[in-house]
Amino acid sequence: MATKVAEAREGHSASGWTPAQPLVEVRGLRTWFPVRSGVISRVVGQVRAVDGVDLDIRQGETLGLVGESGCGKSTLGRSILRLVQPTAGEVRFKGQDLLRLGSRAMRRTRREMAIIFQDPFASLDPRQTVADILGEALDIHHLARTGRARKERVSELLGLVGLSTDFAGRYPHEFSGGQRQRIGIARALAVDPSFIVCDEPISALDVSIQAQIINLLEQLQEKFHLTYLFIAHDLSVVKHISDRIAVMYVGKVVEVSAAKDLYRQPKHPYTGSLLSAIPIPDPRLERRRERIILKGDVASPLNPPSGCRFRTRCFKAQPRCAETEPPLDTVNLGDHKAACYYPLS
Amino acid sequence: MAFAHLLEVDDIHSHLAVKDGTVRAVDGVSFKVDAGETLGIVGESGSGKSMTALSIMRLLPRSGSIVQGKVTFKGRVLTELSEDEMEAIRGTEIAMIFQDPMTSLNPVYRTGWQVGEPLRIHRHVDTRTSIRAAADLFQKVGIPDASKRVTQFPHMFSGGMRQRAMIAMGLSTSPSLLIADEPTTALDVTIQAQILELLRTLNRDYGTATILITHNLGVVAGMCDRVIVMYAGRVVEQGRTEDVFARPEHPYTWSLLRSIPRLDADEHEPLKPIDGSPPDMVRLPAGCKFTPRCPFAIPRCAAEEPELLTVRDQLSRCWVTQAGATLDGDQGG
Ligand SMILES: Nc1ncnc2c1ncn2[C@@H]1O[C@H](COP(=O)(O)OP(=O)(O)OP(=O)(O)O)[C@@H](O)[C@H]1O
Ligand SMILES: Nc1ncnc2c1ncn2[C@@H]1O[C@H](COP(=O)(O)OP(=O)(O)OP(=O)(O)O)[C@@H](O)[C@H]1O
Ligand code: SF4
Ligand code: SF4
Ligand SMILES: [Mg+2]
Ligand SMILES: [Mg+2]
Repeated sequence: MATKVAEAREGHSASGWTPAQPLVEVRGLRTWFPVRSGVISRVVGQVRAVDGVDLDIRQGETLGLVGESGCGKSTLGRSILRLVQPTAGEVRFKGQDLLRLGSRAMRRTRREMAIIFQDPFASLDPRQTVADILGEALDIHHLARTGRARKERVSELLGLVGLSTDFAGRYPHEFSGGQRQRIGIARALAVDPSFIVCDEPISALDVSIQAQIINLLEQLQEKFHLTYLFIAHDLSVVKHISDRIAVMYVGKVVEVSAAKDLYRQPKHPYTGSLLSAIPIPDPRLERRRERIILKGDVASPLNPPSGCRFRTRCFKAQPRCAETEPPLDTVNLGDHKAACYYPLS
Repeated sequence: MAFAHLLEVDDIHSHLAVKDGTVRAVDGVSFKVDAGETLGIVGESGSGKSMTALSIMRLLPRSGSIVQGKVTFKGRVLTELSEDEMEAIRGTEIAMIFQDPMTSLNPVYRTGWQVGEPLRIHRHVDTRTSIRAAADLFQKVGIPDASKRVTQFPHMFSGGMRQRAMIAMGLSTSPSLLIADEPTTALDVTIQAQILELLRTLNRDYGTATILITHNLGVVAGMCDRVIVMYAGRVVEQGRTEDVFARPEHPYTWSLLRSIPRLDADEHEPLKPIDGSPPDMVRLPAGCKFTPRCPFAIPRCAAEEPELLTVRDQLSRCWVTQAGATLDGDQGG
């Protein structure tokens, strides 16, 4: 089954897309949420959750997406899958603009995309058995014609994520957190996707279990040539799993680069402080390290600061930073870009 | 000072009643804390870290109780005090801050009023003085516009500011011991860094001894003089932070350190996960509780539980290292 799909993916699509082009191209994407107030629900403001994002996700890569709580990571991931409706911009998947796709065509394309959520418990229906949960994903896209085919596919999926086929008849509460996340991954794989948004897939798991799930995701990627958008706030995990990393701050991507370069030579002051804030489990190293402690809190997406959004916390800010917003290619070293007028050297 | 250690926890056993039995959440835990030092407690979820702290504070949930053991603080046996005597110590000498600052601040009272409360109760100051003191404390913990902030309600504070307010409240009576239970887990990394820096400063400037409970080994590495590693309600390893990290003498610590990705790792190598999952605390296996997941286990492990004994520079609860074997990469494959 896997090989058949892989073959199909080699071919050129109707829109003239080839695997050498980015699988996903995000251009000028905005997703705003209206804030309502009062009895007549007047709109009093807009949460600019995603506020002008340009981003490429390349075929077969893992793009890590990091940033503080509320900066818009999940909204960006969900906007790409059109699980929330973006306000403006473009999301091209294999060259097709998803935001202008009719519902029928969208359904077909959605089969190629899946999402894994942070909380494996909340995302699984407690009244459904594992077989029901996985079967439902198959039924939505008519992927199993007979009961027997369905059963076989469920067993196959359980095998892929390292669970015994005996588990098919059990309910989510009978599983540990790590096992539930495996079920969540099996559900994502059911539709045989080529692109998966992993939205904090390990944040809710015990430290000793996290590595199991990271390794599983890496094995599956290799086996099925998957492309991942991997969202997390733990930069050490993101650096481990990602080929490239995008850093978000209040609705914007402020830096993007190969994972190694980002760690060795961060350009944006926010990335620098983020990296210095991650504790390293080595007492000798950790005590010698220089830390950049940021002042204040994350700016509000309801009313972001003028100019560079990071300027209210930035230790390098100058008057110019308040005037115009630096575009992502203000620093442009080819594969490494950063939105900053006074980058770290 | 007349007492040998600031805090001595001696063979504490705390049990909790649940639907299908008894959770031996703390199962014979002993350790000491000296004045001014920072002790880390790590271990996975459910290993008994919080229940250990709550046993010291005598704040266990209603379904729980200390069934055995002794806690001594500045020479006084806390486990034998009356509830009133204990309450006086809680408000003044030992402060505790919790993981979720939202649930520990009351949403209907102004923050300054709440933070000043220990001073009104235990130092008998009037309301105005207590709120002025709260404003001073806010400044000390880095809450800007302190005099304005004390008049605000908790929901007007960000998560990091609430945690600062909780720390301010804990500090109001200058305690000699601060117990911080995952004080930064709910916070963003840049805010976590601010709070950890604050705890470091307080420890340096006021000599407040700290017990820091966390599951983040990096936080322990940067903050703690000594560390206790818990598994299934017991201490499995204990020692100076440098020793434990440089050369863990318990297979659980050893495996845990190898399983986490490091920011400073150069090459991409697959992680080495710990197999299996944490034990069911109601039905613990006999013998060493780590046996089902341990790459070093020998037949004896499943039958008999080892004690916590000196191995090299630290304490370890493991038959294999106690017999002199070295934990090395190949075995753990
Ligand atoms: N459905 C919604 N309606 C209104 N506001 C929303 C909605 N979803 C998200 N938001 C707001 O949009 C902003 C971005 O939220 P988002 O969940 O994308 O952040 P995030 O980066 O994923 O954060 P976290 O790390 O906490 O998951 C936040 O201010 C959030 O409150
Ligand atoms: N109120 C309660 N009633 C019954 N059992 C409880 C209660 N609170 C905790 N437990 C159980 O006691 C054991 C120890 O829990 P504890 O909260 O001390 O773990 P922990 O190490 O602090 O974990 P975490 O990292 O998740 O905070 C666990 O098995 C837990 O399920
Ligand atoms: S543009 Fe200015 S404020 Fe923004 S990150 Fe760069 S130096 Fe800081
Ligand atoms: S006693 Fe045995 S099972 Fe337990 S940690 Fe040591 S080697 Fe492993
Ligand atoms: Mg999110
Ligand atoms: Mg706890």
